[in-house]
This record gives sequence, C-alpha cells and structure tokens, in this order.
Amino acid sequence: MTLRRLVLDLDDRLGVAPILQKALRKAFPDNWSFMFGEIALYCFLVLIATGVYLGFFFDPSTASVTYHGSDISLRNTPMSAAYASVLQLSLDTRAGLLLRQIHHWAALVFLAAIALHMSRIFFTGAFRRPRELNWIIGMTLLILAMAAGFTGYSLPDDLLSGTGLRIAYSVLLSIPLVGGYLAFLVFGGDFPTAQQISRLLFTHVLILPVLIAGAIAVHLAIIWRQKHTQFRGPGRTERNVIGSPLWPNYAMKSLGLGLAVGAVLAGLGAFFQINPIWLYGPYHSYDVSAPAQPDWYIGWLEGALRLGPSWTISIWNHTIPSPFFPGILLPAAFFVLLYVWPFLERWVTHDGEPHQLLDHPSDSPVRTGIGAAVLTFAIVLTLAGSDDVQANILSTPLQGMVSAYRWLLVILPIVVGLLSYQFARELRARRQQLPAPDPRVMITRTDSGGFEEQPEPLASTPP
Amino acid sequence: MTMRIFGIALAFTISVLGSALFAASYALHGGPHLEGLGLLVALGALAFGVIGWALGAMPQEQVVDQRDDYPSDPKARAGAQAALEHGIDELDRHGFLLKFLFGAFGALALAALFPLRSLGPGFGKGLYTTKWSKGARLVLEDGTPVRTSDLAVGSVMTVFPDGYVGDASSQTLLLRLPPGTIQVSPDRTTWSPQGYAAFSKVCTHNGCPVGLYLASKYQLLCPCHQSVFDVVAQAKPISGPAARALPQLPLQIAQDGYLQAQSDYREPIGPGFWQRP
Repeated sequence: MTLRRLVLDLDDRLGVAPILQKALRKAFPDNWSFMFGEIALYCFLVLIATGVYLGFFFDPSTASVTYHGSDISLRNTPMSAAYASVLQLSLDTRAGLLLRQIHHWAALVFLAAIALHMSRIFFTGAFRRPRELNWIIGMTLLILAMAAGFTGYSLPDDLLSGTGLRIAYSVLLSIPLVGGYLAFLVFGGDFPTAQQISRLLFTHVLILPVLIAGAIAVHLAIIWRQKHTQFRGPGRTERNVIGSPLWPNYAMKSLGLGLAVGAVLAGLGAFFQINPIWLYGPYHSYDVSAPAQPDWYIGWLEGALRLGPSWTISIWNHTIPSPFFPGILLPAAFFVLLYVWPFLERWVTHDGEPHQLLDHPSDSPVRTGIGAAVLTFAIVLTLAGSDDVQANILSTPLQGMVSAYRWLLVILPIVVGLLSYQFARELRARRQQLPAPDPRVMITRTDSGGFEEQPEPLASTPP
Repeated sequence: MTMRIFGIALAFTISVLGSALFAASYALHGGPHLEGLGLLVALGALAFGVIGWALGAMPQEQVVDQRDDYPSDPKARAGAQAALEHGIDELDRHGFLLKFLFGAFGALALAALFPLRSLGPGFGKGLYTTKWSKGARLVLEDGTPVRTSDLAVGSVMTVFPDGYVGDASSQTLLLRLPPGTIQVSPDRTTWSPQGYAAFSKVCTHNGCPVGLYLASKYQLLCPCHQSVFDVVAQAKPISGPAARALPQLPLQIAQDGYLQAQSDYREPIGPGFWQRP
C-alpha cells in the first residue's frame, strides 16, 4: 500500500520523520464541547465546495433582462440579470437548488457553530494566557463569517436582500463625519448602484473566503503548536494533555464528524426550504416585503435597530442620525468588549499565569455571570428582530412589543447574570465541599446472570 | 465477522446506494428532494460507518503528550533575544535613518490610499436633492400621469416624477385625505390641494420604502423597523426608531387636472447623515 510508504517518502525528501512520529501520535482530548469548532471548520469546507459550484452560474449584473424561465408568476417580468441567474440556477438547473440551499444552511450552521465554540471558550476560560492571540483570531473569524453571510444573502438581488442592503447602506451613512463618503465609496454612489452586486460578489467569493481561510490556518497552527486545553481529571495536569491519538483514532472520529455535518446539511438543503427568492420577486427600491427578516446571526443588529431610541442629535448644523447608536456604536462596543476580554480579565484578577487546564463554568462565577448577561442581551436583541412577526402571532399591538423588549433588554441580562453568578457560586461551594467520589465500584455477578453493585465503598474493602 | 463489523460494512454499502440515488436522480431530473435524499444517505451512512468504526471497532487508546515545547529553555531564549537585540543595536547606530525609513513607509502607505478615492463619487448634491422639480408631473410605476380623479379618498399610490420612474430617492407616496383632515402648518398651506398630500416614501430611519398604509388611522408604517408616521400631522413619527418626519412634496393641480410638484422636496429625503443640516 502506498500509504505505508508515506512517512519514508516524505522523510527522504523533507527529513520530517521525527515531526511525523510526534504528529501521528498527537493527543486530542475527547470532550463533546470541543466539537463545535470542528463543526464550524467542516461547514466552511461545505461552503467552499458548494460555493464554487454556485459561482459558475451567478451573473453579478444589474442590467435589466426579461425572465423566460419556468416560474410562471415571474415570466415576462423585467428583472436584474443577477436575480434571473439565481432563478435559473434554482429552478432550471439540476442540483442547483439543492446546492444553493445546502450552501445557505451551511452558512447558518457555520455561524451557530462559531457562536457555540466561542461560548465554550469563554465559559471555560480557554482564552487565558497563552491563548489570547487565538481568541483574537477567533473573534475576527466571527466578524468575517458574519460579513461573508451578509454579503452572500445580499447577492441574489431579490426583494428581501435588496432591502437588507438598503439598511446596511443607511447604517453606514449614519457614521459621523465620514458616513456619507464611506457609503458612497463602498457602494460606488447613492444606493442602489449598478456596481453594488459585482462588488458584493468580489467581496463574498474572494476577499472574505481568503481572509477566513488564512485566519483558520493560523488559528489551527497555533492550536497545533500550543496543544489543546483539557478539563481537569485523573492524571491531567498543567504540564500534559491526554486524549485520543491523531492516527488513527482521532482522524477517524473527526472524519466521521465531518461526514455527519455534511449529511445534516444535505438533509436540511433537501427538505427544508430556505430563502425561496422566486417568492420575493425582483428588488425595486420602492417595493418591500413584510415581514422582512435577516438571517439569524444578523438578527441582533436588526433587533437593535428596531429597539434603538429615536434620537437624532444635532450639533452645529450637523446631524448624528438615530441608526448610529444601535447600528454602529452598539456592535462596536460588543466586539471591543469581546476582543479585550482576556486582557480585561487578567487586569482585574491579576492572573497572568498560563492556564492549560480549563475552568468549569462555576470556577469563575463573575465571568460566568457576565458572559450569561451578555449572551442574554444578544438573545433579547435577536428576538426583538422579529417582533413584528411575534406581534402578529400573538395579536398584540406592535408598540407594546417594542416597549416590552426595551424593558427586557435592560432587566433580563441583569437578572440572568445575577442568577448565573449565584448558581455558579453555589455549585462551586458544593463541588469544593464534597470529596471527589471514587469512580470505581465493585460489582458482583448474580445467580440469574445480572450484576449488582457492592454496597460498601471500594476503599473500605480488605485487600 | 462480528455484528459490529457487519453493521459498519452494511453502512458503507448503504452509502454506495445513496451515491447511486444521487447520481440517478440527477440524471433522471429527480428534483432537489431525491437528489438531497441521495446525498443525505450517502454522507449519513458513511458517517455512521466511520464513527462506528472509530468508536466500536478500534481500541480506545489514550496517549499523553507532555507540554515541554514552550516556553523554551532559558539558554535558547537568551540566544534568540540576543540575536534580536543585535539587529536592533545595529539599526540604532543610525537612529535617524530608521526614522527616515518609517517616514518613507508612512508616505507610501498614505499615497497608496489615494486610488481608493475612485471607488465612488463624492456625495455632492446626491443626498440633498431628488429628481422632482417645479411642474414635474406625478406618474405611476407604468408611466401614466396621475389626475385628480384617479385616486379615491382614503387610498394611496406610489408616484415618481415624469421621466424618472423607479428612481430610488424620488419615490413618493400620494395620498388622498378627506378635505380638512390634514393639519397644515403656516408654511405649507398650499402644499396639499383638495386633500392630496405627497410624502417621500423613503423612511427617514434606514431608507426602506414606507409601504404600509393604515387608512383608518391615517398612519404610514415602515415594514423594516416598524416606524409609524402620522399622515395627518405632516407625517411626523409617532412610534418606532425614526426620528424625523417624512418630507412632504409640495403639490399643485394643473389646469388640465394633472397633479404636479411645486418644486423639489424642501429638505433632504431619507436617512440622516452627518452633513445634513
């Protein structure tokens, strides 16, 4: 088998036998919470694979064409060539709709996996020295992934995506001093422009994927070099890491996880319709679909814009428009807080030591409380992003929903934060009181063939 | 062969059937459900088999790695540090050259920013004006001009200046209100003849088209962020995140009964921006 010669062939040319010997036996800790990052990675691979295919069919032109495809309700409608090409791909290209839907679902799961992965890193203190740099790269990946998602669903030039772009343009416009110039430079003029889709496409298929792939490469290289963190457990110390060997155990497990991610995404793409753009119609600046909702990971920004105060600040004949506060300041504060968190925590706790063993979330009640509060804040905003739909379902007046969410946005994070803090403290106290239970039990076989646990603890039995 | 091994082999076989289903449904125009089912079975069964193999048919080995790679031993650290300092000392011997070097790099970086300017025009008048002008006829999406008799009391339509159908910043809502309902400020007494009133359709919050009209309450609702504007009170925002009223387009009725604009909007339409007075 040629695989058997791999080490020898590589070593002949590169002299890497010592590295490979260590690498093939590298320890990968087994914990379910370590899989989120891997799931994100596999989603990215699915996104690349499906995205490359979709790219061959997409036409980023805003030139007006008349539709002659198989959707009867849109036939003979004038529309942009971009929208027509996505309709053609979705409705008249075999496997086109499946791969487009898998691509979209993969983006949603990608962001969800990143969010869960970052939560895991946060609540277990994995970002502490020596891993601050990888936390910063991870944060950057989150922002890049959000941008990739937004530029992606803005491409088809359907009514919903055009509305989202219009909002993004207006939020850019709201930045003091430079907003107008910035919006015009990004979009190439006053919205909507003829270039905006080809600019979005270039950003979506080249700039962002290259940045994401590069950041992932550095992220993984650092993990490889620093080795994984691990939870406390028998034999686990700050000086070692215990887990499955890369070859073959972990490689097979990870391959299986990747295939499972692919299977779930295939199932979602096959049976759960997503972004049926032919129902929305082509984008016209003067049409709008209601209700209009973004993808889930943009929901918190949409919610912030909805709950934002109706302030317009006028100073010396100049204006700071209301979207600036929820649309720019709030996310900027959110991301800055997350970026500097490792340094903030070190500054407060005076703990500059390297940590290879993970915290249990209850080990640091303050961190857990603050994390829970921030997460609650983001969740309330996300829910507020669909308050019109909820008002409809509940048959309540929308204004009532808005004021309810404004109150919840202030109160709920405080309540959840304090409760989590208290819960973590009590849990920590209980864990410290109880001696670690001896995991070993003596069992005896009964006459009927079953097993019975021996009543007294193992320690007290005579040898 | 144990049951476990048999199960894994079976999973791989089922995966092959899934791939076959995918290929066949593609070839025979089976549609997204069948194609997706094929892919789901191919990948799912493969995942099942591989994970089964990894967890059920392989010894669950645990290995221990020592973290002795970093930080390096003091001697190596001192050596690397000395190499760095040696270079810095060498450059510092001509400290003023170093400053020149940084200055040159800075100038290059600044110069490289200049071509970015070509990405978009300056916003000059673009954000302050629309295509409306004195005497411009109100026309519908299909280009037909609007006459006073075309609109029933309580209804609304989207209009554009003649010749600029579809123009994003000129989109305007024409409403017909029962005469006397609209509260007119002294400077707008002539703007809404015979109960016809026109407001910019571009939301002053984030620029979405203010597309929903509650005729019973004379309210306009923006579907994006649910700002509500009171038409009777010159389209002032009464709830939601919008902070400014929808600008009103002054109307006049020509001799032939067609509706016209008296002029462009008297203030910039749409979302706010820094330079807006």
